[in-house]
Amino acid sequence: MSKNGPLALAFHTLFVTFMLAPILVVCWVAFTPEGFLSFPTDRWSLRWFYAIARYPEFISAFWRSLWLGALSSAIAVAFSVPAALAIARYRFPGREAMTALFMSPLMIPHVVLGIAFLRFFTQIGLGGTFFGLVLAHIVIVLPFALRLTVASAIGLDRAIEHAAVSLGASEWIVLKRITLPLVLPGLASGWALAFINSFDEVTMTVFIAAPGTETLPVRMFLYIQDNIDPLVTSVSACVIVITVAALVVMDRAYGLERLLVGRGTDGR
Amino acid sequence: MRVAPYLLSLPALLLFAGVVIVPLVMTVLLSFHDWGQYKGIEPVFVLKNWQEVLSDSYFHEMFWRTFRIAFFVTLLAAMFGAPEAYILNRMKSPWRGLFLLVILGPLLISVVARTLGWALLFGGNSGLVNKALISMGLISAPLPFMFTETGMVVALAHVLMPYMVLAVWAALQRLDPQIENAAVALGAGPFTVLRRIVLPQVMPGILSGAIIVFALAASAFATPAIIGGRRLKVASTLAYDEFLNTLNWPLGAAVAVLLLVALIAVVVGASRLVERRYAQVFG
Repeated sequence: MSKNGPLALAFHTLFVTFMLAPILVVCWVAFTPEGFLSFPTDRWSLRWFYAIARYPEFISAFWRSLWLGALSSAIAVAFSVPAALAIARYRFPGREAMTALFMSPLMIPHVVLGIAFLRFFTQIGLGGTFFGLVLAHIVIVLPFALRLTVASAIGLDRAIEHAAVSLGASEWIVLKRITLPLVLPGLASGWALAFINSFDEVTMTVFIAAPGTETLPVRMFLYIQDNIDPLVTSVSACVIVITVAALVVMDRAYGLERLLVGRGTDGR
Repeated sequence: MRVAPYLLSLPALLLFAGVVIVPLVMTVLLSFHDWGQYKGIEPVFVLKNWQEVLSDSYFHEMFWRTFRIAFFVTLLAAMFGAPEAYILNRMKSPWRGLFLLVILGPLLISVVARTLGWALLFGGNSGLVNKALISMGLISAPLPFMFTETGMVVALAHVLMPYMVLAVWAALQRLDPQIENAAVALGAGPFTVLRRIVLPQVMPGILSGAIIVFALAASAFATPAIIGGRRLKVASTLAYDEFLNTLNWPLGAAVAVLLLVALIAVVVGASRLVERRYAQVFG
């Protein structure tokens, strides 16, 4: 394989600039000392970061997003473990259709899901509740959890389980002592990916969140709709820093490429 | 027939039946209900909303705009994302992983924060993008980006670019570098190798990336809502308005269902075409 020429490297530089520019600009503007949007050059200030503390709705929305993500991802993983074992180990009629159903939240536009959930939750009396948010988020993050769980269930060496059985282990012991520990790294990364997707989700959530149950991205979106000021840039800068930190940890622990490209999955 | 796989998937199946299929069916039914300013939603069967959506030129224009934007976003993503994936794939070890993280990472950063970045970059006539373009001599007068389709296309291309890079990257990983070396050994120049060897093999990756990017661009919500403001509407922002501002839920449901049906038609149709065309590659 040959090396990249100067033209390719110039293209690469422009491309990386394009990808990073909007993210860096948000962080840059967040340090403005002025009361309006401006790009600080000689004077920098943390005043807009301190200002976040005066807006409790951002803080409570942040904690709500955190809990919502953690809870819905954990439940999604719990639902996807048995389903992943079924998909990875058995060939049965309806397997393809079932996998397509579980992956469908990736293909159905989130606007449509948001509308469907709004209608459904309003009808059954869950409109605007945290419980409704959790239900909706379980469904939309389940594909991410399932994909990584299926991948690790397929990669599992079944000879180890057979060895345990031949040594006299019961089915329950095999599941608890052999199968689950072996798929655990897959579960952990599936949970992490599901969490990030839940934490960032805005399109579907904006339909079903009520004033008391807004998540952080929804709060930010509604704020931007009214006006863009340095406060929302400092909140965004915090979100970006948290996400990047999580990203680096996940890359070190599991490999971002493996997480996003996914090997040995047949979900998509 | 064994029951184990069905028992294992039963919890998830029940969840999806209750929380995905039932709400979607309810939404389709909702689109056939009547609505009035004072009477609210009436559970009767009328075709009013569908007639309105299918015949009113306002909706035609809006759907046409939605798919036009999605088309240009897909085009931009393919034009820049595919070469970048190729360049990335030829990099050496520390750079390769680092830049892959830099390019795919934004995928996981809040779409609201990323779009806010573009709103700041565009920001009226004195925005940084215009200053940069003028100083490079590419344009003489500032271009309007905020509240325009151009701005939406640029911001959406940025938001969805990682999906294209990811799809092409995955296709490149399946490529045997020996084939390229063989072509070079047989006397092919770098452009011939690219055009005759690499491109045909990564084409399925580009096409599947294009399908994903198109579907996500046509149904994007936060980016068009922030860049387009209240005036420039696409299908998803219009449905949002009908639901949360006008409160005409049945009409909003009709717009959403039509968007879903149109997208399924495009995605399934395009996937079929790709699979038939590249049956040998996939098989």
